[in-house]
Amino acid sequence: MSAQPVELPRWMDVALLPAVNLALALIVAGIVVTLVGFNPLQVLTLLAKGALGSQAGISYTLYYATTFICTGLAVAVAFHGGLFNIGGEGQAIMGGLGAGLAALAWSAQLPAGLMLPVMVLSAALFGGLWGAVPGALQAWRGSHTVITTIMFNFMAAALLSYLLVNGLKEPGNMTPESRAFAPSAHMPGVHEALGAVGIDWPRTPLNLTLLLALAAALLCYLGLWKSQPGYALRAVGYAPDAALYAGMQPRTLMVVAMATSGALAGLVGVNEIAGVHGRLLPDFVAGAGFAGIAVSLIGRNHPLGIVLASILFGVLYQGGSELAFEINGFSRDMVFMLQGLIVLFAGAMAQVAAPLLFKAWRSMGGGRQHG
Amino acid sequence: MDDVLIGTLIASTLRVSVPLILCALAGVMCERSGVIDLGLEGKMLMTAFATAAVGVASGSLVLALLAALAVGVALSMLHGYACVSHRGDQVVLGMAITMTAAGLSVVLGIAGFAQGGQTPPLPEAVRLDRWFVGAGDVVAQLPYIGKTLSLAFFGHNGMVYGALALVGGVWWLLYRTRFGLRLRAAGENPTMVDAAGVSVRALRYQALALNGVLSALAGSYLVLAQNPSFIPNMTAGRGYMALAALIFGKWHPVGALWACLLFGFLDAVSIRLQGVPLPLVGEVPVQFIQALPYLLTVVLLAGFIGRAVAPAALGRPYVKER
Repeated sequence: MSAQPVELPRWMDVALLPAVNLALALIVAGIVVTLVGFNPLQVLTLLAKGALGSQAGISYTLYYATTFICTGLAVAVAFHGGLFNIGGEGQAIMGGLGAGLAALAWSAQLPAGLMLPVMVLSAALFGGLWGAVPGALQAWRGSHTVITTIMFNFMAAALLSYLLVNGLKEPGNMTPESRAFAPSAHMPGVHEALGAVGIDWPRTPLNLTLLLALAAALLCYLGLWKSQPGYALRAVGYAPDAALYAGMQPRTLMVVAMATSGALAGLVGVNEIAGVHGRLLPDFVAGAGFAGIAVSLIGRNHPLGIVLASILFGVLYQGGSELAFEINGFSRDMVFMLQGLIVLFAGAMAQVAAPLLFKAWRSMGGGRQHG
Repeated sequence: MDDVLIGTLIASTLRVSVPLILCALAGVMCERSGVIDLGLEGKMLMTAFATAAVGVASGSLVLALLAALAVGVALSMLHGYACVSHRGDQVVLGMAITMTAAGLSVVLGIAGFAQGGQTPPLPEAVRLDRWFVGAGDVVAQLPYIGKTLSLAFFGHNGMVYGALALVGGVWWLLYRTRFGLRLRAAGENPTMVDAAGVSVRALRYQALALNGVLSALAGSYLVLAQNPSFIPNMTAGRGYMALAALIFGKWHPVGALWACLLFGFLDAVSIRLQGVPLPLVGEVPVQFIQALPYLLTVVLLAGFIGRAVAPAALGRPYVKER
């Protein structure tokens, strides 16, 4: 029989439950790894070594984590407003488009000190718009954000592909990529920034967008928990009718939440387009928007949790690519599978583990004083 | 000349629509009972892989189909276990299935066949035959439209006709049987179904089982009739397009059929229209035609052209009162 909802103590809910869910996902992934003929412990060791065993490994891990912080926050902010944003993928594409268009238009004229903020704002604006429209459609027309954001993902991909092929493509180049931006549109790499103060750091795609992402996480925390609009937003997500009765404006707040989410996802465009590629190209998001769902679930929709979960996912992605080099027959797809399993256990089956944990905790004598 | 063009255009529309139709029917079954299915894409991908892997290994069409059905139903039962029995979030479960399938199919493909996630091409014996080829030759002799008709409607494989028949089958099941009435009621007002002494849980599980069968057929069509081998991510968003079609068809099997045919037609015509100027609008970019199904669905959902109303209890887990 289906279990009734249970109330776990806070420490279990915040720390133990995600750990148990993660462990379950790792166990199932371990079984698959064994079935296809690898030793899961060896794989795990190599994975950790590839991701954390060298300066370059750590640097790559943090580069992936930067992207996941953005897409994870994009899921979490909407979630607190009672909305499920599956549109991180499309919003990130639009963010890249925004950053790229700004750079193509002005990178030859503007100095880096002006160009980079303009790119960041443009990325946030494009991503934010791509999030705000589904938000508005939900608020005023009642069309569900889950469906509309999926549709918007496909439309964003089509739009980027159209613009790249018709107009932005470099003349004489067969691949659908724009021309390279001028140097002022390059987000400095961490190796460059550290090199400027005399610290030697290996050259990796990790760039200063990491600081931007961390600042965004902090702002999300302050905005959601320490500000009046954030309180109103969480109230709308938690109890829409009560919030309306209390004089809040659910419709406006929904649009604001989706626009903020979209802007956060749009920052992926800064990390990839301004930080790494230096030109506009297709497929730079590569599933990061969907990974954001897993990140947000494991991070319990809290900015700090999301930063930690992003680092974990960075480890998985970087370790996974190292493994693909080291072990013949191993591919990054193993990590994608694990990511899906994490969403399965931490998200869809969260109700399965919680009652069991609750029972175990009660049988050990926990929580008796409350009756 | 023109009759050949129209005939082949109808034929290719039908062929690309079939996986969409089967997948949308799977979605209709499940969503009419009140369970959202965002895992259509993953179910289709995983069953396509099962068909290809077993087809290559055994050389038997029957075994390949059985494997697909087993995988499809198993995924649907997981869906039921998480969402019906344990009230898990249905949207999240769909994403989980799709993400896991995208990784797992490639992992197993590399382990089994060592071709970067692809399977070797299926042997001819496993591929589907063309039906009504003789009848098509006879029809082609008819004056004026004979050739068009013959090209458009004859000589397809059995699953094309089967999918069209299944549209009628699902309609009949949903609207002309007691089971269908109860299933639709479970999606609209589960409390009432429960009060009438019928198990909402059992109904939703049955709907999910049929959903598994139908999505398995959709997945197996991709390797039995379209591409002879499994390729990583070969569904390429068809599951989501089927989802769009089922919404565009207002959660009705016949509506979904028309939506799938429309989307299939757009797909078939988009390649032909490349660089061809149309009257009034000029040259239409191929990306616009590809994005049109999604755009139309958003516009419809927003209520600007007609109104698509979801089953009232869609996505809400049912908690039996005590």
